[in-house]
Amino acid sequence: MSRAVQPGRGGPPVIEPGHTYATVTDKISSIVLARRTPLFWVLGFFASFTLTMVLLGAISYLLAKGIGIWGVNQPVGWGFAIINFVWWIGIGHAGTLISAILLLLRQEWRTSINRFAEAMTLFAVACAGLFPLLHMGRPWLAYWLLPYPNTMALWPQWRSPLVWDVFAVSTYASVSLLFWFVGMIPDLATLRDRARRKGFQIFYGMLAMGWRGSALHWYRYETAYLLLAGLATPLVISVHTVVSFDFTIGIIPGWHSTIFPPYFVAGAIYAGFAMVLLLAIPLRAVYGLQDFITMRHLENMAKILLATGLIVGYGYVIEAFMSWYSANPYEGYMIGNRMRGPYAPVYWSLMLCNIVAPQFLWFKRVRTSPPVLFGIAVVVSIGMWLERFVIVVTSLHRDFLPSSWGMYFPTIWDWATFVGTIGLFLALMFLFIRFLPMISIFEMRTLVPEAGPLAMQPIPEHSVAGEEG
Amino acid sequence: MKQVSGTGSQVSGKNALPVHPAGHAFTPASGLDRRDLFKFAGVSLALAGVTACTRQPAEKIVPYVRQPEEIVPGKPLFYATAMTVGGFATGLLVESHMGRPTKVEGNPLHPASLGGTDAFAQAAVYSLYDPDRSQTLIQLGEIRPWSAFLGEMRIVLEEERPRRGAGLRILTGTVSSPTLARQLTELLAALPEARWHQWEPCAPDNARAGATLAVGSPVNVIPRVAAADVILSLDADFLGCGPAQSRLAREFGERRREGAAGAEMNRLYVVESTMSATGARADHRRPVKASEIEAFAHAVASAVGLGAPTGSAEAGGPFAADRFARAVAADLGRHRGRSLVLAGDHQPPAVHALAHSLNGMLGNAGRTVLYTEPIEARPEIGLDSALVADLAAGKVRTLLILGGNPVFDAPADVGFRAALSKVVRRVHLSLENDETSEECQWHVPEAHFLESWSDARAFDGTASIVQPLIAPLYGGKSAHEVLAALSDQPEETGYELVRATWKTRMSGDFETAWRRALHDGVVAGTAAAAVVARPGGGNFQTGAGNPSHDSGLEITFRPDPTIYDGRFANNGWLQELPKPITKVTWDNVAAISPATAQRLGVVNEDVLELSFSGRRVRAPAWVVPGHPDDSIGVTLGYGRAKSGRFGSRAGFDAYSIRPSAALWQGAGLQVRKTGEKYPIAVTQPHHSMEGRHFARTASVEGIRRDPEAIAKMGEKPPASLSMYPPRPVNTYAWGMAIDLGSCVGCNACVVACTAENNVPIVGKDQVVRGREMQWLRIDHYADGDPANPRHSFQPVACVHCENAPCELVCPTAATVHSAEGLNDMIYNRCVGTRYCSNNCPYKVRRFNFFHYSTQFRAPSMRMLANPDVTVRWRGVMEKCTYCVQRINEGKIRAELENRTVRDGDIVTACQQACPAGAIVFGDIADPGSRVSKMRRSNLSYGLLAELGTRPRTEYLAALTNPNADLDEATPA
Repeated sequence: MSRAVQPGRGGPPVIEPGHTYATVTDKISSIVLARRTPLFWVLGFFASFTLTMVLLGAISYLLAKGIGIWGVNQPVGWGFAIINFVWWIGIGHAGTLISAILLLLRQEWRTSINRFAEAMTLFAVACAGLFPLLHMGRPWLAYWLLPYPNTMALWPQWRSPLVWDVFAVSTYASVSLLFWFVGMIPDLATLRDRARRKGFQIFYGMLAMGWRGSALHWYRYETAYLLLAGLATPLVISVHTVVSFDFTIGIIPGWHSTIFPPYFVAGAIYAGFAMVLLLAIPLRAVYGLQDFITMRHLENMAKILLATGLIVGYGYVIEAFMSWYSANPYEGYMIGNRMRGPYAPVYWSLMLCNIVAPQFLWFKRVRTSPPVLFGIAVVVSIGMWLERFVIVVTSLHRDFLPSSWGMYFPTIWDWATFVGTIGLFLALMFLFIRFLPMISIFEMRTLVPEAGPLAMQPIPEHSVAGEEG
Repeated sequence: MKQVSGTGSQVSGKNALPVHPAGHAFTPASGLDRRDLFKFAGVSLALAGVTACTRQPAEKIVPYVRQPEEIVPGKPLFYATAMTVGGFATGLLVESHMGRPTKVEGNPLHPASLGGTDAFAQAAVYSLYDPDRSQTLIQLGEIRPWSAFLGEMRIVLEEERPRRGAGLRILTGTVSSPTLARQLTELLAALPEARWHQWEPCAPDNARAGATLAVGSPVNVIPRVAAADVILSLDADFLGCGPAQSRLAREFGERRREGAAGAEMNRLYVVESTMSATGARADHRRPVKASEIEAFAHAVASAVGLGAPTGSAEAGGPFAADRFARAVAADLGRHRGRSLVLAGDHQPPAVHALAHSLNGMLGNAGRTVLYTEPIEARPEIGLDSALVADLAAGKVRTLLILGGNPVFDAPADVGFRAALSKVVRRVHLSLENDETSEECQWHVPEAHFLESWSDARAFDGTASIVQPLIAPLYGGKSAHEVLAALSDQPEETGYELVRATWKTRMSGDFETAWRRALHDGVVAGTAAAAVVARPGGGNFQTGAGNPSHDSGLEITFRPDPTIYDGRFANNGWLQELPKPITKVTWDNVAAISPATAQRLGVVNEDVLELSFSGRRVRAPAWVVPGHPDDSIGVTLGYGRAKSGRFGSRAGFDAYSIRPSAALWQGAGLQVRKTGEKYPIAVTQPHHSMEGRHFARTASVEGIRRDPEAIAKMGEKPPASLSMYPPRPVNTYAWGMAIDLGSCVGCNACVVACTAENNVPIVGKDQVVRGREMQWLRIDHYADGDPANPRHSFQPVACVHCENAPCELVCPTAATVHSAEGLNDMIYNRCVGTRYCSNNCPYKVRRFNFFHYSTQFRAPSMRMLANPDVTVRWRGVMEKCTYCVQRINEGKIRAELENRTVRDGDIVTACQQACPAGAIVFGDIADPGSRVSKMRRSNLSYGLLAELGTRPRTEYLAALTNPNADLDEATPA
């Protein structure tokens, strides 16, 4: 099985020739352990940190004044907050898919992208998690959604999808964190061993949790990692399914639809891979990681993007078809309003971004051109955000009674919060690539020719700890 | 004393205690056993802890030494009083909680109310506590005591006595108060050269003049809508405006209900120059320019047989061959003695005269229309040029302006402000320090009608004593007390003055009669005596019949449906109240028909410059389907220069272009697009039903042919669709039925709900964002030909679904179902996800996006809140509760009386206010209840019942009674 997907077979290799254990380790750990911080990092981090401050400002004002600073109203009770929540959660999905599902499927090309994809997942979930809290009228009472013992003997209302959401997202966040952290322990030990400064030695030493690379460690590590992969796999499907329930359980035309769970999951993977591409393409360029994140990776991700894009497109078509086929006047009006109503530009932009743009990926020349891929990834990310805008806003703004129809316009604070979370996400990403190995060192080592015919097996004798002394 | 010791013995439990001579409530000296000792010890300990963490007031407070009679904490009391708008009274019962009035209800014994009220009356308590009310007596910017004012009036008297009052003028609004009339008469008797003038910007002068024209004296007209089978309204908005609107709405609604039940339904034709609530309820409506109403009336009159109007070139004028006019005339002719022709107050006297003649000819006089002596103390109103000339000539030394705001609302061409400045001593009594107060040296804060003694007469003459519910909050004075300052007894109080009036007028023992009058809210037997008037055959000179066929634009001035003539401009409840047709809040607009808007290239919110009679004002345009072409309708009262926090920044001042020659309408309006935009806050931007059947209507004939026609308009899924077993009903099952056939869209229910449930106002910027908080809204739909669409009103509040979509999705169980079928909202449990609102197909939930209830922070506004209802915090969802506080009150009362709740015991605030009786609440588990009977009607349907929500509120479709001669689709 492991040999079936030999590196380099049927396409560009997953690691460029000429690398040895030592070069791999040097290359990746030097990014973290370099004494000088590159200028682009400083500038990039400063920019994203500034945006994070914008987020903090927006949140402070929100808590002081109330949810009214946003554009939400009657009838559009949910606006940017929920759009951004679903968008960020969706983005997170690619990381889990890469690390868990592709691991179980023994897709070894995942090795060089899984670490930062997992980090991306974690940070995206962190950004996503902010929104359901902030969008509440009284966010300080958010813990009421948790089933904790209390004197009022009150539990959450279990029929509400929002309660399911709490469980789905918190489970997802904790499993992702564990998965990411456990997967990093051998590499943290490498950094501990290679770090020259006392502070870093202690820092990485604490994080490495006493990893010595013994056979027993590796045995336990492999078991735990596989178990976590098994746990994370259903989450890829379940989290966005539950998120889609926030809408499908509702009675509102445009929400109440059985196609939402698969279509949301596909959309999440779609958005997630677009984000992985958005991160991978600049990273491999600035850190010279073309050897590790090869054209093979980019092309594979582009293919996944195309496949999920087609599923999402199918979802849009079926949604429109069913609204006609159901002969339900409200459903019929809903889709007509999306196509011709006041938010029609948003709908057609969405179609352009999510259905037309990925069609270019049928061409190998597009799939192997990083700048074009980057552009398509940007378009798809915007498209997926627009998709959530269409679902949340256009369904709510004109539902059953025309007397209650209204419009939704985001305010400056909506934008500040949204842009602020992008800043938070990027700031966390910058910190991650500076202080933690963005590519899995020990797993990359299994890909070099030295690893030989046992490349995909855990190789205890090449334990990291022994290498540097 | 006995009772007191009895209480003591109850507490100690076992041994009856001897009566303690000092009357101590409780003496635990003897018989205290071990258990009790521990109980007391425990309680003491607990209380000691409580005192430690409670904030104690800094001041010493003292309980009642002698408890006032009848005041029981938590039990409201109701007092009868009366409110006047434009001089005419509506009888009210006002709810008082521990001495503070919080809620106004109609007085069922009062002829103008019959238990219902209008929106103005419902909002009266807001004006009472308005923190912007004038609070001090001011002379030239200095705060002065009342005694200083009395001294000044002494000086006036000294000055005027030798001149027999030649330098004294008094300006009032319409006076129907017998006491004020008596005081004025006495004053004028003492100072014969003094003059009393009246100015009321929206007075029925034309009606009085028309009556004089037709019958020779300014008789008062009382329409009996209940007795009329066919009604023709010539620009009369009798259901939406006027001193008898509540009563007429009740009569109209009752006829509609009887008609729906199988009796003969009345038929309403409305020919009107604006889009009014009455027009929306018409069976046939015809938008006509205001200047053409007269020609139309002529055409009807000549078709009925009145002959060609005097002085007209062609018989019948432009409407001679009009199908609509002929059909109306034929229908009126078929219903002699059972028809009714009404002319609008703002139509010229000739139209009134024609209406009188038509009623006379049709034999309606004495049957559907009654005549009485005028109700006003002096029927001639109108700021006569004599006063202004006198003022300008400097003949007036002292001018007393008792109420009103003439500097703001006097006709634009009379130059009142300039003339006023010539007066040596100007005194203004008013509720707020307004534009007129600015121009006067003396400003006296007026006592609100809920703070002062007075009296007033209703549209039919019935007198009511206006009794105060609270002492003046700011030491305000009534007009009676200000006038008394010019009499021999300047210190006489309003109470003494009013009693003095009635001492001579009440028969029998005065104290008994007085108490009776106060209790009932009406003085028995004071209705104006009927006069027999025989309106003639149209032999009066009108000079009209040939309206100037001005192809240009026409302008109409009308009182505003929510702030009237501007007196309610600072009333937040009324400012935020959507206008019945346009649903505009916080502003007035220039209403324009779709065709004219297209011709002029105008869209909503375009700022227009209206030039009329040499004056200009800038007004935002608003396209109103059903408005007549080539006419622009504006409402008065907005654009206040000096009012409170709400009144001063709202709308444009239509008075500024209103000349005395064209008080109500005039031709020759020039309109210029300025290219600017002005945002308008509407609560309902979309007025089409989009082909869906929400407010269902059918014709009487249609229902007769197919009794199930209403049910067929929508699917109603069977209850068995639910996977859950039906909830057993072993207690009350509250439900509501709303008869769309009677609803006239008057908004009284909306304000009543606001007042009862402490619903906050949010301000214009929040309404623009779509965040209004009113729990009850009246949806207005206009479908069909935009030139003259079919209108429907539909009051929508929470319908209390049995399968409520909101309950399913709330994560914290903050909205749950009660055993009695209420969809309860638990504010403290709400975290504000707003999912319930998203999932509500009726969109009746309201969310506190900000801390809107801070309006209750002003010390005076705190007194406004209903103590039975929680004031909600920021971030919390709220909605209609079916007035759960009233339900509980009714249940407790029933329990105390050891019985179950009877039908009609519990009345929701909207139901109580509804003048038309369109809303009925009750127990649907009781097959004999009114609501059950209504829900069994073949007209009853559930709004959006096809969704399976099983709403507890059902609607009764509106039935129309179209004339078969007129095609329903094209009424022209």
